[in-house]
Amino acid sequence: MSTPKTSLLCAAALTVMVPCLAQEAWAGNEPSRTVAQLPERIGKFEERAPAGPTRSSAAKVGDIDPAKAHFGVGQPATDMQIAGFNIDAMPDGRGLPPGQGSYAEGEEVFAERCAACHGADLEGNKDIGAPKLIGGRGTLTDAKPVKTVESYWPHASTLFDYVHRAMPMDSPGSLSADEVYAVSAYILGRADIISDDPGTTLDAESMAKVEMPNADGFVSDPRPDVRNKE
Amino acid sequence: MPKDKRFSGSRYGPAERHMAESLVEIERRMLSGQSEEEDCDCKEGMFNGLTRRNILTGGIALGGAVFTAGQAAADAPPGAFEYPVQPDPTKEQGRMILDDGGYGSRSQFENELRWRYPTASLDSSWSMTPLASGHGIVTPSGLHFERHHGGIPAIDPRTHELILHGMVDEPMRFTVDDLKRLPAVSRFCFIECSGNGLTEWKEPTLRTVQGTHGLTSTSEWTGVRLSTLLEMVGLSDGAAWILAEGSDAAVMTRSVPVDKAMDDAIVAYAQNGEALRPEQGYPLRLVLPGFEGNTHIKWLRRLEVSDKPFMTREETSKYTDLMPDGTARQFSLTMEAKSVITFPSGAMKLPRPGFYEITGLAWSGRGKIARVEVSADGGATWQEAALDGPVLPKCHTRFRLPWTWTGKEAVLQSRAVDETGYVQPTLPELVKVRGLKSVYHLNAIQSWHIAQDGEVTNVHA
Ligand code: HEC
Repeated sequence: MSTPKTSLLCAAALTVMVPCLAQEAWAGNEPSRTVAQLPERIGKFEERAPAGPTRSSAAKVGDIDPAKAHFGVGQPATDMQIAGFNIDAMPDGRGLPPGQGSYAEGEEVFAERCAACHGADLEGNKDIGAPKLIGGRGTLTDAKPVKTVESYWPHASTLFDYVHRAMPMDSPGSLSADEVYAVSAYILGRADIISDDPGTTLDAESMAKVEMPNADGFVSDPRPDVRNKE
Repeated sequence: MPKDKRFSGSRYGPAERHMAESLVEIERRMLSGQSEEEDCDCKEGMFNGLTRRNILTGGIALGGAVFTAGQAAADAPPGAFEYPVQPDPTKEQGRMILDDGGYGSRSQFENELRWRYPTASLDSSWSMTPLASGHGIVTPSGLHFERHHGGIPAIDPRTHELILHGMVDEPMRFTVDDLKRLPAVSRFCFIECSGNGLTEWKEPTLRTVQGTHGLTSTSEWTGVRLSTLLEMVGLSDGAAWILAEGSDAAVMTRSVPVDKAMDDAIVAYAQNGEALRPEQGYPLRLVLPGFEGNTHIKWLRRLEVSDKPFMTREETSKYTDLMPDGTARQFSLTMEAKSVITFPSGAMKLPRPGFYEITGLAWSGRGKIARVEVSADGGATWQEAALDGPVLPKCHTRFRLPWTWTGKEAVLQSRAVDETGYVQPTLPELVKVRGLKSVYHLNAIQSWHIAQDGEVTNVHA
């Protein structure tokens, strides 16, 4: 499995999550397998061989100084290797990849890739546990609050991040950055958080500026907040 | 070995299928007069001790099916083999050593199971620990509760790596083998899903303690201190949060405060003395003693250091507690002190008045359990229970109290106090502050009603 090609693939797969990095490790040079072999039998009594010490992936042992956390174990991670895994997006826009997508494109992505589970009107489907994505604004103080991307989520970056990594549920991580921007524009447009003009486009810069209705709705943990007496 | 269509259904895991096929092969050899001593790969592995004798005396049950010479018999519970029960075990030899293949199994007479809460999605679902029949403080690995958001991945540890990057001096990557070379630490701690009890806010809903409290389990976890890894990469000034990411289909992510990471976090590769179970994060899991279960990222592949929390879906849309005023509490990470009586508990029936030992579990994410009190009259009077050793911080603690049931109605409750002096609240006290729609972090006192006929039910008292 581990060939120079693998690392090229890694580099090409900046936005797609593929565990290619791992296959570059020295350990990845071993033949691929689906189960472990049983421990070998050794010696006159046919004992089972112990697992024994594992090997460090470090290129060289180097100076060992445990007190300074120098163990000669592990190896540096290059920017390219990190990029293959570094898919998260933060509220201030850090981590959002290049690319863009429009409401109109997002409408198509949604119809093809999301609507089967989340419903044509983003209303969700209780039978399969797919949440309603829009609506519910102003219900958070109700006895039955409706928590959706529109009514509850404090940051637009979370929508990009989550859809990019975990949706569509039947083929997670399969959307390009452009498609995720597009479907985010569609969901946020349908939620009246941004314009639902077909040409409305989201990219890294505009995504970080989207103001979510419930942006100020979160407070930090004040516990212990409930006091019982003995 | 020829693949046998009989064992290709979803009912059989790969191991069970292999065993089943091996049995068929042995049987075939026997029937065709070949000696079982002949070389055959069916003799390796799970089958070292399997001999003609076992087959002739009734066969072995595999994950629910029994293979005697072609006939099926009663199912043995998962994790057990069905062996012939001897009328007098003192009058004939017992089954042969290593008949189980060299990895033990439980008795065919034990049947505790994890139970799946009937979520609509099978991929994002949870299963609960049968606390009612547990003993001591450790949860058997096979009964540890599960919560997955994208199924259980099968990961070859040889191709799995953990990468540390972000606000660090030198980003590094570690193979699983690398991690096993570093100084290790073992500790017992509970993991509790903050959704434990979510059905119980408004009214008593689930009948058993498995349903009301089964999203907590205790294991001994072994691995590398996260602080060791962070010292290796060197934290930059301003580092305050770490994103932990799993390599499951949900690519699960949570933000963890650096202080916690440096304090007692573990990158674990072992649970209860052996490698992690796949459903517990094999080959690597983050363990954050005392923190809500969702932060203990399984199938851990990446740790990114930053100055701010990442605001992932599981720390915004989920695992946040909506208050009556419409604001939501975020990063309620520590699990507060809680306890529950596991015996007697819901859906049991006390056969008649007499002596019973009340027992249960108490735990706190803030440290050790200092005291557990038990009431048999719905909280009017309390009696201190005995704590079984060991009493460990952030760990299940077993309590016991001898009790004589006179046959009159009773309401059993337990109340934990931890070493910080925090006293487990009643449900009305909790609801007064947090309302009824916060979903997570229910740690109220549980009540079990004992009726005159001995029936035990889940009540709000
Ligand atoms: C096969 C069914 C399926 C498909 C297709 C699907 N989803 Fe989902 N989606 C789910 C389920 C189930 C969940 C809940 C997962 C969980 O709670 O762990 C979910 C959760 C979500 C959430 C989080 C909602 C919340 O309130 O936390 C968002 C956002 C989302 N999906 C967007 C999308 C988008 C956008 C697409 C199309 C690109 C999509 N989904 C395709 C089933 C699906």
